[in-house]
Amino acid sequence: MISVTGISKSFGDKKVLDGVSFSVEDGEIFGLLGPSGAGKTTLIRVLTGQLKFEEGSAMINGKEVRKLTGADKKKFGVMMDDFGLYERLTCYQNLKVFADIYGVGDEEIATVLREVKLEDAVKKEAKKLSKGMKERLRLARALLAKPKVLFLDEPTSGLDPQTSSEIHEIIRKRKDAGTIIFLTTHNMTEAEKLCDHLVLLNEGKIVERGVPKELCLRYDHQKRIELVTTNGETISLQMDRENAKKTSSQIAEFLKEGKLSTIHSKEPNLETVFMELTGRKLEV
Amino acid sequence: MREAVAVFRKQILDTRKNRAVLIQFIMFPIMTIVMNSAIKVDDMPEFFYLKLFSIMYMAMAPIVSMSSIISEEKEKGTLRALMMSNVRPASYLAGVGVYDFQCCLIGTMLMSKTCGLDDGPWWRYLCVIMLGLVISIVLGASIGVLAKDQMAATSLAVPVMCLFTFLPMMAQFNDTIAKVAKFFYTQQLYLALEDINNVKIGTEGLIIIAANAIVILAFFVLAFRKEGLTNE
Repeated sequence: MISVTGISKSFGDKKVLDGVSFSVEDGEIFGLLGPSGAGKTTLIRVLTGQLKFEEGSAMINGKEVRKLTGADKKKFGVMMDDFGLYERLTCYQNLKVFADIYGVGDEEIATVLREVKLEDAVKKEAKKLSKGMKERLRLARALLAKPKVLFLDEPTSGLDPQTSSEIHEIIRKRKDAGTIIFLTTHNMTEAEKLCDHLVLLNEGKIVERGVPKELCLRYDHQKRIELVTTNGETISLQMDRENAKKTSSQIAEFLKEGKLSTIHSKEPNLETVFMELTGRKLEV
Repeated sequence: MREAVAVFRKQILDTRKNRAVLIQFIMFPIMTIVMNSAIKVDDMPEFFYLKLFSIMYMAMAPIVSMSSIISEEKEKGTLRALMMSNVRPASYLAGVGVYDFQCCLIGTMLMSKTCGLDDGPWWRYLCVIMLGLVISIVLGASIGVLAKDQMAATSLAVPVMCLFTFLPMMAQFNDTIAKVAKFFYTQQLYLALEDINNVKIGTEGLIIIAANAIVILAFFVLAFRKEGLTNE
């Protein structure tokens, strides 16, 4: 379990994290959603003991972050954009360096290479890998020590949908195995698809939190549904009490005439929620 | 210990494909072997090339390679990944430092044996070179720690390396330079090798070398406290 209470962190005069509090249960995918510069990476650095913080407290699996030992850190898998690869070494050699440090054998290297689907690129030098393959190799390195907590900083940033989807699948499998996944992203689709709980972070402050679907429903002020007819026409209808009769009769009419192609609710997405709360876009 | 060994092994694999570092280890041994066998001038002092290039090698190779290896790892973020995997700075520096020392030592052994140095003086010659290598490695590590990236490391390493490498050579031709050069450990080690069959370091030499070692170690500690091993 991760428990964070009132963490603040400044770089000079600039407050990058301001009283951040949340908790993450075991076997949960927890998302930190916010635009660039919101403080997401700083928070990962703080939680993994790479950065000191001024105020508040953070516990990971019952241990205060400030008192983390090297052995505790070995139980974390960390995948960050600025954690580079040894470009001149092969995929296997890159993992071997860290396997030697963790004291795990070649079997574990083979397992994680299979898991990230890089088994055919074992002898390929890291510099010759595509961006997607490099990200998968970084993920493999983070998974090598069988971490209890996996910190992923924008794991699919700039990747194609196919590779992103493969990485999502790996993340879900690890969650099912009981690993806590702490994920930062500015991609609302990724957050909606993956996260059990998330917080929206803006300029170092948490502006909202909850289950993604519930968050969207909470900010559904317009309560509209959208109908698409068989001839492609899109019709938007009000879904509140005052318009209940009118809306239901309109839907019934379309159904009777066999003109209804699709019908779905029009609640806002996380981007819209974030915009409403902060006036800023997520994907910047 | 396991972490230092892992870093050492990584360095063996990486240097094989890192021409910029590899050339530092092999350039002077090859030059010494070639020049010693190809260029013979009358009245040339015994082991002239070996003495000259040994000192240059002892100063140049560790400073450039150590600063290059550390700054590259800082720049590319591999050092940050190592630190996150519980590799302590001391383990990392030990792994890279021992590797660097070993490569330079092999080069030194190769060039001295090829030049025909006998076993007796060879051991004393090796001791002098090893002493210099350790000081140069700490100096190279300081530059690597201080520099944010490889370019910054190169711009720092080149003047430092030139100072320590070329002063002993220039001191042979200019008395004023010799007066200044005598305060550098490279010059004292060069003087120790003057009669290579009877290697000796006097009291003054030992004091100067020890003072150099202390100053360079202090410089390393300051650089490490200021910058650490990751660009934070």
